[in-house]
Amino acid sequence: MARVVFDHVSKHFGAVRAVDDVSFDIEDGEFICLLGPSGCGKTTTLRLMAGLEQPTSGRIAVDDRDVTFAKPKERDVGMVFQDYALFPHMTIAENIAYPLKVRGAPAKDRAARTADVAQSLGIDHLLERRPGQISGGQQQRTSVARAVVHKPKVFLFDEPLSNLDAKLRVEARSFLKHLQVELGVTALYVTHDQAEAMALADRIAVMEGGRVVQMGPPLEVYRKPATTFVANFLGNPPMNLVPVKLRLDGGRARLQAAGLDVAVDPGRASRFRDGADLTLGVRPEHLRLVPDAGEATFTGSVYTVEPLGPETLITCTVDGQLVTARLFGDEPPELGDTAHFRIDEHHLELFDDAGVRVER
Amino acid sequence: MRLLRLVLTRATFYAAAAIFAALFAIPLVWLLFAPFDARANLAVRLPHPFTLANFGKVFANAFAVRALFQNSIIQAGGAMLLVTLLATLAAYALSRSPIRGKDLLSYGLVLFSSIVTGTAAMVPLFLLIYSLGLIDTQLGVILVFTGGLLPAAIFIMRDFVDSIPRSYEESALVAGASAWGMFKDIALPIVRPGMMVVAVWTFVNVWGGFFVPFILLRSPSNMPASVAIYSFYTEGGTPIITLTTAYSLLYTLPVLALYLFVNWRYGFRFFGGIKS
Ligand SMILES: Nc1ncnc2c1ncn2[C@@H]1O[C@H](COP(=O)(O)OP(=O)(O)O)[C@@H](O)[C@H]1O
Ligand SMILES: [Mg+2]
Repeated sequence: MARVVFDHVSKHFGAVRAVDDVSFDIEDGEFICLLGPSGCGKTTTLRLMAGLEQPTSGRIAVDDRDVTFAKPKERDVGMVFQDYALFPHMTIAENIAYPLKVRGAPAKDRAARTADVAQSLGIDHLLERRPGQISGGQQQRTSVARAVVHKPKVFLFDEPLSNLDAKLRVEARSFLKHLQVELGVTALYVTHDQAEAMALADRIAVMEGGRVVQMGPPLEVYRKPATTFVANFLGNPPMNLVPVKLRLDGGRARLQAAGLDVAVDPGRASRFRDGADLTLGVRPEHLRLVPDAGEATFTGSVYTVEPLGPETLITCTVDGQLVTARLFGDEPPELGDTAHFRIDEHHLELFDDAGVRVER
Repeated sequence: MRLLRLVLTRATFYAAAAIFAALFAIPLVWLLFAPFDARANLAVRLPHPFTLANFGKVFANAFAVRALFQNSIIQAGGAMLLVTLLATLAAYALSRSPIRGKDLLSYGLVLFSSIVTGTAAMVPLFLLIYSLGLIDTQLGVILVFTGGLLPAAIFIMRDFVDSIPRSYEESALVAGASAWGMFKDIALPIVRPGMMVVAVWTFVNVWGGFFVPFILLRSPSNMPASVAIYSFYTEGGTPIITLTTAYSLLYTLPVLALYLFVNWRYGFRFFGGIKS
């Protein structure tokens, strides 16, 4: 149970700015996901929180106590490592009890608490085994058990599901979410999987090149991506991004590209000049199939059709540009067909030439 | 025809293997038989007449007994403890520190270490030990062996330490361990098989070392078994085979015992990582 504050924290390794001026607050009991591609500084941020790295500049506080340079053992955190880092020479029971042992808890309390935690995680039948003798999913649970056994103030997870196979991953995901809600502990969770972040987080912090480029609730980040980078990173398939030119004509504004023409509220484009280069963004689920060219925003020829069960993904080429639509229920067009699509304006996002979202 | 060829190849193979095996086995068999033979010579034969008198004579030689069961044990055991301890700590520090050129340093040390216990360095080593006032002391012998064996021991230990993932130690730290606690609880148990390898290797090296104690020690009461075995030579310098072999057999026993003990207690193996 703790509030965590990162205040202009940077961590440089020589010339590499692994973490670059990162600031955020985490509320008590909140589940935060750090989301970003490989090498964007997620793990380093987590290690700064754990005390395994010291920041080059900035300040980190837990419950108003400055822990910027505190040792790991002074921070009272529990961490699940990407490789689980279970001690190979100890049994599962000894692994789980280790945080209690170094805290000098009496052997009886240790055993009782270990049995308790192991039971709630469904690994109580494995206590006498060694890490090499249990499955990946069980190792993951053991690692979680070791992280929670001493009731830490903050949970840290570094891609804890990345070593599990797809089916187990979804299962473990719900389990982690449930556990965190049940324990009500503040959590900082690192992942490069946007679906995982969307499913787990109270708020997502999207990182790029050592910086947090956007932080907010999953749906807000999904609906209003702050930059084209975020738009492209969230969602599977991601948001369609099409370079367009702005045409201002009297009181009206239109976005145009080869094969595409859509009217927008002139208010949204008011700060740009005629002919400005913008990027139009639209989620695949917001492309509507329409019967004729008259209503259509654009027309393309069908390039691939991917039936996924409840939905079908249609990718079209529109003058060399690929655009993906997610269709539910409709009789999907077939390969090589000409398809007409409409974008409703309230579903359309605009990004300026620096890739930053234009507020409505 | 095919069958004949097969039989011939097999026969040739077994014959060759038997010859090689015999080449290695015969001296050992000889060492096992000769001490119990009242009239042993260089031939390998069943002891006839069988006797334990050779051992009686060996045990009557107080100088040789003291050399084997006290001095050799002190020197080999002392160097073993010192080398194992220092090599583990040094390998750990070298593995975990960000020092540049640390690999070059270890390679360089291994290269030079072969010189330290070799003949070439004997004069400077003698002068060094002399000016330290350690001539004719067991400590002097232990220190010279430690210096000579340490680089290779560090090199062996580095392999073991390097294979411990950093995340093991980091998860111990996050769990609340101190730096020493992390070393003691995690690193040490994981590298223990490596320490055993180094310990036995050091012991064997010092146990069999002749030149260093021969040069650095003066008084008979300090000599190890490797030197004391010459007390079973005639005035003319030829070995008395009955006695040297009896003494040699005793001489091999502590090494054998150490090896068996370590193998039984710890095993010469290495724990696998988590993805086994
Ligand atoms: N100990 C280190 N020394 C030098 N560079 C490092 C170190 N740790 C991380 N980096 C660099 O910092 C950047 C961010 O790394 P990391 O935080 O591990 O990214 P992520 O976890 O998001 O994949 C990378 O470019 C990485 O190479
Ligand atoms: Mg990482």
